[in-house]
This record gives sequence, structure tokens and C-alpha cells, in this order.
Amino acid sequence: MQLALFLIFGGLAVAGALNLLLQKHPINSALSLVVVMMSLAVLYWSLGAEFLAAAQVIVYSGAIMVLFVFVIMLLNAGEEERTTGSRAAYIAGFPGAAAIFCLLSFVFLSESKALGLANLGGQLSHATNNISEISSVLFTKLLLPFEVTSILILVAILGAVVLARKEQ
Amino acid sequence: MRPLTPFLTFLLLSILKIVVVLVITLTAVAYTVLLERKVLGRMQNRWGPSRVGPFGLLQPLADGIKLFLKEDLMPLASERPLFIIAPIIALACSLVSIAVVPFGAIQNVKGVDIFNVANVNIGLLVILGITSIGVYGIALSGWSSNNKFALLGSLRATSQMISYELALGLSLVGVVLRAQSLSLRDIVSSQSAHGALSWNIFGGFQFVAFFVYLVAAYAETNRSPFDLPEAESELVAGYHTEYSSMKFAMFFMAEYANMITVSCVATLLFFGGPSSPFGHLIPAFGGAIVQAILPILWFVLKVLAFLLLYIWVRGTLPRFRYDQLMGFGWKVLLPIAMVNIIVTSLVLALRA
Repeated sequence: MQLALFLIFGGLAVAGALNLLLQKHPINSALSLVVVMMSLAVLYWSLGAEFLAAAQVIVYSGAIMVLFVFVIMLLNAGEEERTTGSRAAYIAGFPGAAAIFCLLSFVFLSESKALGLANLGGQLSHATNNISEISSVLFTKLLLPFEVTSILILVAILGAVVLARKEQ
Repeated sequence: MRPLTPFLTFLLLSILKIVVVLVITLTAVAYTVLLERKVLGRMQNRWGPSRVGPFGLLQPLADGIKLFLKEDLMPLASERPLFIIAPIIALACSLVSIAVVPFGAIQNVKGVDIFNVANVNIGLLVILGITSIGVYGIALSGWSSNNKFALLGSLRATSQMISYELALGLSLVGVVLRAQSLSLRDIVSSQSAHGALSWNIFGGFQFVAFFVYLVAAYAETNRSPFDLPEAESELVAGYHTEYSSMKFAMFFMAEYANMITVSCVATLLFFGGPSSPFGHLIPAFGGAIVQAILPILWFVLKVLAFLLLYIWVRGTLPRFRYDQLMGFGWKVLLPIAMVNIIVTSLVLALRA
């Protein structure tokens, strides 16, 4: 059951990501990104991280991507023009992507003992409440990074307010 | 006959639950429309629908047949795939969230909780997440129909829903703090000690949160007094201007299904869900079956009261202006919700 879910939604995530690159219209690309986010959320859930899955849906597909779509609608961006693309992208891009893929898979395969194996759906069967675990870690061990991140976001909000304010 | 395996029993009972809940929800949607037309009619000193069937009770059926038989228009300059998928997203999202709502006391039949389609331990977050996905239906419908009025309506709807979602989410935090859980069952059982006195709105002192939730929920469902996205006098019909036949009906059903979901959530979080307001004052009467059905009756009664409140508000209040709407959401509701969180958590910390 969990394996089937993993295969379906993993495939959907990859297909959505490819569609994001291949679509000509920005709104279609944005919507494929939403599909990717949603399938990632399902993958998180099937690994037993239900809070992360819900946060992924609410924050990324529910708030950030809605803003993306909103801006694209507001600017009424047309279809992008097809260019042949710069040669540097082809020369550096494909080997670079291949190299990163090889490096990551090498690391994951060679260090698989140290990293441990993912237990598909294993966390779902026994009733651990991972919200309380996440929050206790977040507010004890990781308190400083948490607060620093919130200050960073506050600075960004203030910057947006300054930029959006009209000149007197 | 061989006995079924546990997995097969679970599967069959789940499918049965889903079918029953879906049929009941769709019927409730149809009759909410009729209720609104009748009650609104009486408020405006007229009869409302009264011709089809006794008291106009078959009117939803007639409406359904009419909408099915209408011509399905497809604007030439529309984005075809998005135009078709937008009402589907809207309706699907509004129907899915009913799945996590527990509408009766816990009743296990062969290990399956029959009065709750899916008992998820983050039920509240699931509802919030699905609501936030529902925005896409409205945003895409306006953009893909390639019509100025539809685009303006959907822009208004999207910005309104994004803004009020914050206040909505924050108003629920006080309740979650009191219940110490995001599971809707736990939230309901945290209010079931002394009947109405231990409901979050009375005993929990969450009436500020309830007010914020109610206002934000009206804005989320694009209902009056926040129905700017479909303001007839300015925008023809808003985001569904170009839709006809069943596609229009899907938006219509999505709006009413959202109303029902919002009423269910308000009932669960602030009014004790399916629990009786008298608590244990009334001794248990009847058999086990009566005791199982009674909570469902209470739940339906509370949801119905919220739906009537919706209609009453629509019949009473005038529409907001756009800048008033945004100012009210960001400058009034959001600070109130935050103050409510701080006060609630302080009280809880001092009591602990």
C-alpha cells in the first residue's frame, strides 16, 4: 500500500517537475510546481511525517504558490518566446546535472549504513505524535536558530513594507 | 460463508461511509440552497419557491434538472484545460474536507469508527490545507475564462481568501492550546465534561476567537457581507461569469459545501461537536441505538443553526467596500486573534 503510494506520487513529482520545465506558459509551470509540492506532501505523509506534510501543503501550495499564480494573473504574462538557449547552458548544464545526480547517488549508496534506510509507513503504524516531538525539539534544542529565522523573516517583512510604502 | 479479513472489512466499511457521507452532503447542499431561498424570501416579505412539490420541497430537483439540460457554453478565447479543471478543483476541495469531520460519538463497529470517515490526528490542519488549495479553483476560473469581470472577481476572491486565511488559522490556535491536540476527536472530547458549560465558547472563554473565526469564515466562503468577488452590481457575476450549465452548478455547490464545512468546524471547535448541551443532567434513555443517534441529531441541529445564521447575516448586512474589507482583515481581526492567543496561553501557563 505504502509502496504503491510512494511509486505513484514519486512518479507524479518527477513528471510535474519535468512539465514545469517544458511548459511554455508561466501559469502552467506554476501549476506543475503545485503538483510537485502536493506529491512531496504525500511522500512525507507516507514516511510518517504528517505534520511536515500538512505544513508543506498549507505553506507552499496554499500560500506561496497562490501568490505566484496571483502575480502571474495580475501581470497577465504571455507565453514565453522560444529561444535556442545560450550555448553555455547546454555545455555546462547537462554535464553539471549529471554530475550532481551521480555524486548524490554515490553518497547515498556508499553511506547507506550511516544514513539508515527509510521505513515506508513504519512510523504510521505506532501512534507517536510527531507534532509534540517536533515542537519540543524546536523550542529546546533548536531555540536559537528558530528565533534567528523568525527575525530574518521579520526583516524581510519590514523590507517589503518599506518598498511598498508610497513616497510622501 | 467465510468471514472477511480485517483489511477487507475496513475497506468495505470505509467505502460505505464515504458513499453515505457524500450522498448526505450533496443532499444537504441542495437543500441548503432551498433553505436560503425560503428564509431569505420570508425575510423580504415574499414566499420564496413554492410551486414545485409541497412547500416547494422539490425545487432542488427541478434546479438540478434545469442545470443538467442547459447548454454547456465554452468561450472561444478561454484556456480550455484550465477552464474545465477549475470548477472540478473547487468542488473537490470543498467536498474532501468533510471527510475528517466526526459527526457522532465514537462508535466502533468491527474496529472501524463509523461516525467519522477518516480520524486523522492532524484533522484541523488537513481542513486548513484543503481550504487553502480550494483557492486555486477560483483563481484559475477567473483567469482562464479570459473575461475582465471574471478576472477582477477572481483577483478579489483570491486576495480576500489569502488575507482572511491568516486570521482564520490564528483564531483556532486558542482552541488547539486548550485541547493540546490537532485531532478533531480530541478537541471535541476536551469540551465534553460538563455539557454546554465546558464548550470552548462558554467555559473556555474563547468567544473572541469564535467571533474572529466566524467573520473570517464568512470571508473565506465569499459570503455576504464579504461577497465582493461576485458583487452583481459591479462584476456581473464575478469569477463564474463565463460558466454555464453543470460547471456553474459545480461552483455553486462548492460554495454551499464550503458553508457546510465551515459550520461543521465551528460546531466542532467552539460548540462541543456532537455532545449534548445538557451534559449528564439528562439520564441516558432508550437503547444503545437511540444513544448512538442522539449525538448526530445534536450535531445536525448545531450545523443547521450556523447555516441559518449565514442566511440571516446575508439578509441583514450590506456589502463591505474593498478597502474596508482589507483594512478590517489585517488591522482588526489579525491583532485580535494574536491577542487572544497570547492571553489564552498566559492563562493556561499560569494555571498549569
